[in-house]
Amino acid sequence: MSNYYIYQDQKRCIGCNACEVHCKTKNDLPVGPAFCMIIPVGPKLIGGIPRINFVFMPCFHCETPWCVSACPTGAMQKRVKDGIVFVDSSLCVGCKSCITACPWGAPQWNAETGKVFKCDYCKDRIDEGLAPACVTGCTTAALRWVSPADSTRMRRKFFARTLADSKSF
Amino acid sequence: MSDSTTKTVFSVCATCSVRCPIEVEVENDAVKHIWGNPHLMGGRHLCPRGTAQKATQMDTERVQHPMIRDGDRGSGKWKKASWDEALDYVADKLKDIRDTYGGESVVLGDRGGPFTDLHKTFIKALGSPNYFNQHATCSNSVHNAHNGMAGQRRNTVTYDWKNCNYAVLYSRNIIESLGTKEAKDFVDALERGMKFIYTDARWTYTAAKADRFFILRPGTEYALNLGLINVIVKEKLYDTEFVNDWVLGMKELMAFIEPYTPEWAEKETGVLAKEINTIAHELADAKPSVILHQGWMTARSPDDYYFRRSIYILYGLLGAYETPGGLLFNKNETHCGYKPLRKFVNLPPKVEKKRFDGIGWKYKHLSPDYGLGQMLPYAILNEDPYPVKAFICYRFDPLSSYPDPEAFKEGLMKLDLLVSVDINFSHIGWISDVILPESMYLERTDPVIVKGGPKPALWIRNQAVEPRYDSKPKWWIIKQLAERLGIGQYFPYNSIEELIAWQLEDMGFKLSDFDEKGYVELTPKQILFDRKTNLPFNTPSKKLEFVSSMLEENGIPSFPHYKSPAPPPEGNFRLITGKIAVHTQGTTLNNKYLNEIQSENRLWMNKDEANKLDIENNDLVEVSCNGVSQNVRAALTEYIHPEVVYTLHGYGREIPLQTRTYKKGMRDNIFMKGLLEVTVGGNCPIAECFVHVKKV
Repeated sequence: MSNYYIYQDQKRCIGCNACEVHCKTKNDLPVGPAFCMIIPVGPKLIGGIPRINFVFMPCFHCETPWCVSACPTGAMQKRVKDGIVFVDSSLCVGCKSCITACPWGAPQWNAETGKVFKCDYCKDRIDEGLAPACVTGCTTAALRWVSPADSTRMRRKFFARTLADSKSF
Repeated sequence: MSDSTTKTVFSVCATCSVRCPIEVEVENDAVKHIWGNPHLMGGRHLCPRGTAQKATQMDTERVQHPMIRDGDRGSGKWKKASWDEALDYVADKLKDIRDTYGGESVVLGDRGGPFTDLHKTFIKALGSPNYFNQHATCSNSVHNAHNGMAGQRRNTVTYDWKNCNYAVLYSRNIIESLGTKEAKDFVDALERGMKFIYTDARWTYTAAKADRFFILRPGTEYALNLGLINVIVKEKLYDTEFVNDWVLGMKELMAFIEPYTPEWAEKETGVLAKEINTIAHELADAKPSVILHQGWMTARSPDDYYFRRSIYILYGLLGAYETPGGLLFNKNETHCGYKPLRKFVNLPPKVEKKRFDGIGWKYKHLSPDYGLGQMLPYAILNEDPYPVKAFICYRFDPLSSYPDPEAFKEGLMKLDLLVSVDINFSHIGWISDVILPESMYLERTDPVIVKGGPKPALWIRNQAVEPRYDSKPKWWIIKQLAERLGIGQYFPYNSIEELIAWQLEDMGFKLSDFDEKGYVELTPKQILFDRKTNLPFNTPSKKLEFVSSMLEENGIPSFPHYKSPAPPPEGNFRLITGKIAVHTQGTTLNNKYLNEIQSENRLWMNKDEANKLDIENNDLVEVSCNGVSQNVRAALTEYIHPEVVYTLHGYGREIPLQTRTYKKGMRDNIFMKGLLEVTVGGNCPIAECFVHVKKV
């Protein structure tokens, strides 16, 4: 796990795909590969209303990344200063070991270059003190750029609020 | 941002009708990224359609230079033209037409909105009263309903989501058919604890967030409102003080509403009478901080007008005008102590001729602001009320947005001149005589606009990068045409800087005042009118007229009895259409990033009804109606009314040069035969379309 975390507030997320498009335009991606995706799951009937979950899937920037271990050339790397997992494309030979290794489908295939590329949390923006494009552009501020510690605190607050919502007091 | 080749430009998006304020990052004269303007959006939030326009700016499938038709209309044969050639061609034809038939034989149509001053000036200067916009298939009914009851246009009020406690959204799919700021404000309100009711003929993402969700037969949302009004009136749950101060026609409303009990409404809508009672009481408890969304796209049923009136009646009863959490009247320059922004449209002399579409003489209760574009083909074909020989279509595609494009096209084919001004190819562009490529909004500066609201401001759409192709900005195209036609004096400028200086002169501002934030603030905080004495209802009585004098004077009843919408003929379904967050009006379908997310539409069907027809999820089905048939994949769901099928609007485009969208999916409007009609609200009744569905 890197020093960072993207927290997704399900109550605020509207499944509009703005995160995906901000990511694609920021990184000038070709059609096909996507560094992050919103996967709608549902509708599922909860309390008489068909609800839906929008599952946000960027790269999770693992503490022990499967992709880095699998990479035979050292192209897939973990940045020492903050744990961001990224590809040095000059070293990538397109063997796809990382694609095989990653349980979440984060490394993406670039058919134009024959190499892998992936979410690097917009590290150029991070280095300027900014948040990644997906978080910055999110239509409803459902995505937040936080630390892992912040995220668990937010999750607890969110859960407590949901619990309170379902009871009358 | 220290690099000299990098800059930030504040501007206004032009992708959909919301027109959000944006911040464009530019590097070496290329768009690097498009964000929301943080000074106005509370952050750099921007919807997917807006940010994806970086790809449209770079797209090779845009119109790249002026084009003159070089074969039959619609043959797809074009010759590349210089601007001089194209403008001379248009101006020479317009001169002939004006000299032979009069200025009124020229019609101009656009997408409406705040950036239309130059379009309206041009057509007025030609001596024609004939301006209209897309709203006959959008918000005509709600616009005219508010005009008839409050004497105010639909968009003269703003929703105060920040303080709203309770909302009802009638098929207003606010988080899919979205504007960035409104969607964010709405989600903020939900987080704050606002409750909302959602009704629609189908499930949507908005439904998924609702506190109560009802799947209603299309057209019966009006019955639900009648039930609510019945309870609120009979149990005296209304805001007595507001009603006494501002409402005219309470007695007539009471008599009218008598039979429309919650029990009656239950039979009509399927919503239990006790639920209707509960909602009425919840509305009354939350009043006046309630929003009953008047709707965006309201061109559905023949009596949509009366449904929209029922919404404004509820606003009146609940006293939800000019109060925190309700509707706030928009304020303008003069409310902030400034002289008005100068408008070019005030320069040419008034045109006394009657309009082509009947507004002002045949349809006296309908507003000329939006007009009745659906009458254009009839006016052309029948030369009624006079010959119409030229149509200038400005960044708008009636063959995509209006029903029955074949009938519309039949009229257009009889014109002496058809001109399309656009960024992209469109269905109407494809049959035009000339296509004039306007520079995309990222490549041009437009005149300054007043952004009305509780806290009005001046906004500017600023050029961020040089035009990629041989395109020109609006101010230049119109000025060039005007000069060729001898009406250049109404456009007193030679550059956009001179144009804006002229606009701002009386207000005392200058162009550089926009540099810092992309807008000019006119008041430090929001302005509220006195609710007791000073609400700007602009009807003859200066009241909110439940009994509308405008209707009564024209022999149209304010309270006709409710008519239950007819069920579809045996074996048919009612076709309804809608939108998603990544596309608008078909004009974004060819954008590579947005196309990638949703490149085709499907036909949503009720699972049980589909099973009866042996149709399974993702089966190819044939949809047919009036001799038109198209194939599309079925998407089965239990959360759609059994009488209804639904599809995304705008697909099935038929322009070969737009390769990503060419013939992808089903084109909804070609099923809507015979619906180029004028209903009481001026809207086309586009949901009066019934289709047959079978497995292929």
